[in-house]
Amino acid sequence: MSTMANPIRQAPAAWSLPDRGKVAMAGLILAESAIFTIFVVAYLFYLGKSLSGPTPREVLDTPIFFTICLLSSSLSIHFAAKLLARDKVGLFLALWLLTFALGGLFLYGTGMEWHKLIYQDGLTISTNLFGTTYYSLVGLHAFHVTVGLLMILIVAICALAGRVGVEQSHRVEVLSMYWHFVDAVWVVVFTVVYVVGH
Amino acid sequence: MSSNTITVSGIAILEKPWTETLYEWLTTVDHKRLGILYILNALVFLVFGGIEALIIRIQLMHSDSTFVSPQVFNRMFTMHGTTMIFFVAMPILFGFANYLVPLMIGARDMAFPRLNAFSFWLSALGGLLLYFSFLGGNGLYGAGSAPDVGWWAYAPLTMRAFSPGHSSDYWTLSILASGFGSIGTSINIIATILCMRCPGMKLNRMPLLAWLNLVMAGMVLLAISPLTAAQIMLLTDRYLGGHFFDTQAGGSAVLWMHFFWIFGHPEVYVLIIPVFAFMSEIIPVFSRKPIFGYPVMVAATVSIAFVSMSVWAHHMFTVGMNSYANSFFVITTMAVGVPTGIKIFNWLGTMWGGRIQFKVPMLFSIAFLFQFLIAGLTGIMLACAPFDWQLSLSYFVVAHFHYVIVGGILFALFAAFYYWYPKMTGRMLSERMGKWHFWLFLIGFHLTFDVMHIPGLLGMPRRIYTYEPGREWDTLNLIITIGAFIQAIAILVFLANLIISYFKGDEAGNDPWDAWTLEWSVSSPPPTYNFASIPTVASRRPLWDLKHPEDPDSKYE
Repeated sequence: MSTMANPIRQAPAAWSLPDRGKVAMAGLILAESAIFTIFVVAYLFYLGKSLSGPTPREVLDTPIFFTICLLSSSLSIHFAAKLLARDKVGLFLALWLLTFALGGLFLYGTGMEWHKLIYQDGLTISTNLFGTTYYSLVGLHAFHVTVGLLMILIVAICALAGRVGVEQSHRVEVLSMYWHFVDAVWVVVFTVVYVVGH
Repeated sequence: MSSNTITVSGIAILEKPWTETLYEWLTTVDHKRLGILYILNALVFLVFGGIEALIIRIQLMHSDSTFVSPQVFNRMFTMHGTTMIFFVAMPILFGFANYLVPLMIGARDMAFPRLNAFSFWLSALGGLLLYFSFLGGNGLYGAGSAPDVGWWAYAPLTMRAFSPGHSSDYWTLSILASGFGSIGTSINIIATILCMRCPGMKLNRMPLLAWLNLVMAGMVLLAISPLTAAQIMLLTDRYLGGHFFDTQAGGSAVLWMHFFWIFGHPEVYVLIIPVFAFMSEIIPVFSRKPIFGYPVMVAATVSIAFVSMSVWAHHMFTVGMNSYANSFFVITTMAVGVPTGIKIFNWLGTMWGGRIQFKVPMLFSIAFLFQFLIAGLTGIMLACAPFDWQLSLSYFVVAHFHYVIVGGILFALFAAFYYWYPKMTGRMLSERMGKWHFWLFLIGFHLTFDVMHIPGLLGMPRRIYTYEPGREWDTLNLIITIGAFIQAIAILVFLANLIISYFKGDEAGNDPWDAWTLEWSVSSPPPTYNFASIPTVASRRPLWDLKHPEDPDSKYE
C-alpha cells in the first residue's frame, strides 16, 4: 500500500550515520553548558560586589585533593569504557567501581567544605551575593555529579548482576561522555571560583 | 485508516471501545500521534490566549473603561503573552516537526520515541500548571492568582516582597516544565535528523524543513537554557533567600533582563525558523518550481541562528546601557535582517517564472511574504536605538511583534495546516471555508495591526489598562478591537473547517498537491510504521524522480 519502488541511480556505497545516543548526549551537553555559562556569568558579575559578609579570599580553601579525585575519575571511566568495548568485563567493573568511589569522594569533599563554610564561617546562600552565587554554581555542579553517580551506580548494579557486556559498550560510552562533561564543568568552576575569584 | 476497529475473520467488524483508543493515545510513542497531540494541545491554548486578547481589546476599546480591573488586566496580558509563546507557538511548531521530520527523511519514528512522549506530556503539564494558577495562585496571603508580572517577569517585581502568593511561582514552574520538554524534543530532533536519514539522503539532499528544524533545535538548546538558569535563580531568590536580583543586597535587576533576553530574542527566531521551513516547502509546490537557491537558504538560516544570539539587548535600549553597548546591538540587529531578507528574495525567486496555483495554502503563504517583510522593516526601524528610545514600550512595538507573530508565524501555520491536514487525516480541508477563513482573517489582521502602529507613534504606552479621553486614541483602539473580533470569527471558521472536514472532507489520497518530498509517498494518514521498506533517495525531490523517470533531479544535482 505504501511501498515505493526506487529507481536507484547509484546505491550509496556505505551509508553510516553517527550513533544517536552520542548525538543526543552531545545535544544535552550543549544545553547544560549554556545553563552553567549563565551561572558562571552571574558569579563573575557579582565578584567583589557583596555588600557585607565573608569574601572568597577569607573563607575558600582550594580543594585540590578532591579535584584530583574527580579528574582521575574521568580517566578511570575512559579506560573502563575502552575495556568494555574489548569485552574485558571484569576489568571494566573494577575501573567502573573506582570511578564511582572517586566521584563519591569528590561529593564528600564538597559536603565537608560546605559544612565548614556554613557552620564555621557563617556563609549560606542567603548571606550575601558571594554566598548566593557560590552555592548555586557549585551546588548545580554537585547536583550533576550526583545524577551522574546515580547513573554509574545503576550500571554498576547491572554489571554486578552480570548483565553488562560488550553489546552495551556504546551506552556506557554515552554515560562516560556525560561524566567527562561534568568534569570539564568542574575545571571551569574551579578556575572561576578558586583561581580567578580568590 | 481503520485504527479503531478490530477485524475478527468470519464474524463481524468490532469497534474498539473508546477507552482503549483513549489509552492508546495517552500512552503513544508514535511521532505522528504525538505531533497531533502537540497540535491539538496548542489549539486549545490558542483559544484561551485568544479569549485573553479579546478581554484586553474590550477593555481598551474606549477611554476610561472599567470592563476589568487593573489587576485583572495585568493578569490578562501576562497570561496572553505567556500562553501564546510557550503553550501555543512552541508546541504547535514542535508538533509539526514531530509529525513531518521522520516522514520527510525516510525514518520510521524519531530517534527516542519515549523521550518524545515524555517531552510532550511535560509541555502539557506546563500548560496545566499555568492555568491552574487562576485557582491555586493564592498563597498564605490570599493575594495570588494568575501571574500578573508581564510575560518577561522582570525582577524585582517577581520578588516575594512585590509578588506575594504563588502567581510568579506558577509562571516559573510552568515554563520550567515546558522548557525541559522543549530541550527533550530538540535533542530528539537533532538525533533523528543526524542519525536516522534514509540511505542516499545526504545532508544537502534533505528537505529544507528538516534542515531548518535542525537549526531550530540547536537554537532551542542554546536559548531555553539561559531562561532555565534565570528561573532557577528566581526560585532561589524567592525561596532560599538568594540575592541574584535583590537590589538591596547589591543584586541587579538588569541581570535578569540580560538573561531573559538572551533567551527571549533567539526564542523568536526559534519560532520563525520552522515557519520559514513551511514556506520553503509550500511555496515551491504551489509555484511548480523547486526552491530557488537551496544552499543559500541553508546558509542564511544558519547565519540567522548565529547572529540572532548576539542581538538580545535591543530589548534593553532604554535601560541605560552605555553607548558602545547600544551601538553594538544596533549593528547586530540590523545585520540579522540581511540573511532574513535573502530568504525573502529566494522565495520570490521561486515564484518568479513558476505556474502559481492560488490554493488556500498559497494564499496564506503570499500574505506571509508581504506581512513578514513589513514586520521585518518595522523591526529594522526599532533597531535604530534613538527611534526605539521614543517607541520602546509603546504600541508601535506591540504592533511590530504581533505583525511578525500573527502576520508571519500564524499565517504560515495556517498554510501548513491546509497543506498537511490531508496527509494527517486523509481528508482535504474545504477550500471554500478556507477562503472565508483567509479573507476574514486577512481583513481582521490588517484592521487591527496596521492601525495599531498609529497609537504607538502617538505615544500610547503598552500594558496600560486604560487611558484618558483627550488623547485621540479612542477611535483607533475601537478599530483595533473590531479587527480583533473579525479575526476571532475567522478562527472559528478555521476550527469549524478542521472539524467538519474531518468527517465530510474530500478523500485526499497519497499526494493531493503533486508534491515532491517523501511524506507524500505514503498513504494519508500514513501507516504506523511510515514506510513498508526504507526508501533510498538520489535527489532533493525523490517523488519528482519517481514521477518523471525520464528527467530526474538526480541528473542535475
